[in-house]
Amino acid sequence: MLKYTLKRLFQSLVTLFIVLTVVFLLMRLMPEEGYFGEGYEKLDVAQREAILTSMGLRDPLAIQLKNFYASLLKGDLGTSIIYRPKVPVAEILKTKIPYSIRFGLAAMIISLVLGISLGISMARSKNRFWDKLGTGYIVFINAVPAAVYYLFIQLYVTDIFNLKILYHPKIPSSWILPVASMSLGGIASYAMWIRRYMVDELNKDYVKLAKAKGLKNKSIMVKHVLRNAFVPMAQYLPSSLLYTISGSIYIESLYSIPGMGGLLVDAIQRQDNPLVQALVLIYSSIGIIGLFLGDILMVTLDPRITLEKKEGAR
Amino acid sequence: MGNSKINKLSDGIEDSLFEFADFDDSKAELTGYSNYSYWHSTVRVFMQSKIAVLFLILMMSLLIFTTIQPYLPKQKSPTKIYIDGNTNMQLRNHPPDFEFWFGTNSIGQDLWARIWSGTRTSLLIGFLVGFWEAIIGIIVGALWGYVRQLESIITEIYNVLDNIPTTVVLILLTYIMKPSVSTMVFAMCMTGWLGMARFVRNQIIIIRDREYNLASRCLGTPISRIIFKNLLPYLVSVIMLRMALAIPAAIGSEVFLTYIGLGLPKSIPSLGNLVNEGRGVMMVPSLRYQLIFPAIALSLITISFYVIGNVFADAADPRNHV
Repeated sequence: MLKYTLKRLFQSLVTLFIVLTVVFLLMRLMPEEGYFGEGYEKLDVAQREAILTSMGLRDPLAIQLKNFYASLLKGDLGTSIIYRPKVPVAEILKTKIPYSIRFGLAAMIISLVLGISLGISMARSKNRFWDKLGTGYIVFINAVPAAVYYLFIQLYVTDIFNLKILYHPKIPSSWILPVASMSLGGIASYAMWIRRYMVDELNKDYVKLAKAKGLKNKSIMVKHVLRNAFVPMAQYLPSSLLYTISGSIYIESLYSIPGMGGLLVDAIQRQDNPLVQALVLIYSSIGIIGLFLGDILMVTLDPRITLEKKEGAR
Repeated sequence: MGNSKINKLSDGIEDSLFEFADFDDSKAELTGYSNYSYWHSTVRVFMQSKIAVLFLILMMSLLIFTTIQPYLPKQKSPTKIYIDGNTNMQLRNHPPDFEFWFGTNSIGQDLWARIWSGTRTSLLIGFLVGFWEAIIGIIVGALWGYVRQLESIITEIYNVLDNIPTTVVLILLTYIMKPSVSTMVFAMCMTGWLGMARFVRNQIIIIRDREYNLASRCLGTPISRIIFKNLLPYLVSVIMLRMALAIPAAIGSEVFLTYIGLGLPKSIPSLGNLVNEGRGVMMVPSLRYQLIFPAIALSLITISFYVIGNVFADAADPRNHV
């Protein structure tokens, strides 16, 4: 197990290195305006070249790449140029990340609790009313683009319950709608997964044996079936936990929450290259680390899984 | 007690059951014959779901109507700006009436015509993306699963591409290239084929070493024939599902890209553009129709494709044909 973990860790680092290099090279394709603040037009070509050279952008690519990794290892993410001039990227992130994590965590907990209970009740009333209602909900949420129903929730639910239309740090009730909208998608996917798994699993021998032994339906569901159903989900939990950092673009812009959601888009549109680079770096590492942690968590939860054997199957 | 039971049982057995039966040619034929046909059964299972049939009819009529709508009489141009006869101003935010069925938008264009034109654009994007995803995904997935020398290379490429968040790729590509329908299709294909390829690869790994393939290989069947005749027919249902789901997904991505300001130019109506325009005026209750109508059209399309895709995938799976 330890040997495998170390090997996987090493592999993840290699993948992370490749992804970062690809992103770094992609960023070199972006327009050069992104390295100047205001007043790009006022500079003549020689001045621009001088600035670019002083920033090290005229060095050969290999040296640029080496410098990039050197400063990255020191924990230096670079300095924003246009978004908030001369402010270190880490500083910007420090003010924004807490908002996204708070909203994301709240939404994740709600969607786990509601999603799993919806899934269970759907599986237990298969092809009856609750199941059909739940399926309708899942189809709607999966098929209709999130932007559309988010808009309608913001428009009409605020009216009905007389809630604030925008987020305000001092008003706790302004949390309700953003968190509720954010959890809708999660509820649907967890419920769909749990239902499908339970319906498959209920025909298996160990469930029949448990029934024959005279166990109560509820304890079969919770102690046996649910525990098994949870294992494949465990693989995605660390990723979704980590992805709360990135925030939700829609929700944060609709309710004007000062989180991470729109930051990448903003940075791209204002061509703030160092900021874009830092953000892409963070998001890619989240994906890789999440996958790694997910595999580890899955093995810990279910001793039957040995990753060593089916390594190629992933 | 035991004795009496045995007596009764032996009483019940008829002697005729133990006689030799004559061999009947025609009866033997009867059991061996099956009128099973793959597509026939698929259609039959599909038709059993009433909701799916309902959505199929809805989708067909939507498709037919969007294609013929510009040629119908009394249709307006989706990009023409209408002028109010009395004031000589643009006919802004005209509420729905007999002249403008869905009203006009904030610069005086007919919303009814724009919705159908937008539906055409969005469907075009959806179909192209679904089509390309399927082609690239199947080719890469089949090679990935079947040709062992390529396995580690493609796995590493997959890991790298899969770990860059989809949003980032979409945003970067649409940003680097000029906004147009083909840019958008290209950006979505860049990320979309990964899932398809991985799926095809996993399926092919499961079935590539089954006995019938082993037999085929021993008999010297060429690889292309094994892939096309032995392996891919197994995947018809999932491929259809993926293609059907790629359409709502592509429409959703288009809405997303438009939302963050990297969508199609305003001169090309698309459902994403229309929803976004509607969002701009949604705080005025009397103008909400500009958001509601495109949203309804969009939801109808995405929901029909989603439902039809899912039911069809179930129906195309031979295990459900019994």
